[in-house]
Amino acid sequence: MTADPLSRVFSALADPTRRDMVARLASRDATVGELAQPYDMSVQAVSKHLRVLEDSGLVTRTTDARRAPVHLEAEVFDLMTKWIERYRREAEDRYRRLDDVLRDLPDPPGRPAGPVNDPTTGEAP
Amino acid sequence: MSTTGTHETEIVVPTDVPVVRIVREFDAPAAKVFRAHLDPDLFARWNGPRYLTQRNELWDVRTGGAYRYVQVDPDGAEYAFYGSVHEVRPDELIVQTFAYEGFPDGVSLDSLRFEDLPDGRCRLTATSLVDSFEGRDAFVASGMEVGVREGYEQLDELLAEG
Repeated sequence: MTADPLSRVFSALADPTRRDMVARLASRDATVGELAQPYDMSVQAVSKHLRVLEDSGLVTRTTDARRAPVHLEAEVFDLMTKWIERYRREAEDRYRRLDDVLRDLPDPPGRPAGPVNDPTTGEAP
Repeated sequence: MSTTGTHETEIVVPTDVPVVRIVREFDAPAAKVFRAHLDPDLFARWNGPRYLTQRNELWDVRTGGAYRYVQVDPDGAEYAFYGSVHEVRPDELIVQTFAYEGFPDGVSLDSLRFEDLPDGRCRLTATSLVDSFEGRDAFVASGMEVGVREGYEQLDELLAEG
């Protein structure tokens, strides 16, 4: 089964090394060698991570050469954050409907009338 | 996008666990917010978007219980959601499963924590755990029918360009 594009982006970022690589590429392009430097792992291992990022569409390289700069596709990255924002807005809309319900709802029995009452209507529980 | 200032929903999508966490504060005590989740009629009033009407077909929300509700769109199309209720602790906690009937394998384990805050307010933390990152991402993408399609199309275009 082929994962859909968004899932590939999410799962590419599920790995802490790849997240770190993406964070570093956000400031500027880098070669495989430069990317490998801070990690205690082989260039081959770093290349493997890079391939996952490439397959997800998050990064591109002009050639396979080791000195070819790796470039972060900011648009793809932004799209993922937009998806999360859309989900957030969806949840916010839902909870605004809950706000409305709560505003009309009398307090539970046995609880003292407090500042939770609607100050505009002064509705008692 | 409009803002109400004080307590906008916060979404946490960790990259190391397949979890979505939603945090929201309310100008009401935990008991009230809890009740709005437990009472079927109240829940139906806010759960879905306004253009959908909700019909509760099974509502046995207690420890060891279950629920099932159907959302109907203006064209009469029906979308059913259901789950098992694992734990209900008054004014504090609801733990349940949640699935869309069209895709029962995409089940999530949800915990809803209600916490009282000063001044009669409360914080709700809703955590959904699924069994894979793909499942989680599909979950984040669900319920946004038009947006999802557009999003995929946009992403497809972007990826095709690359």
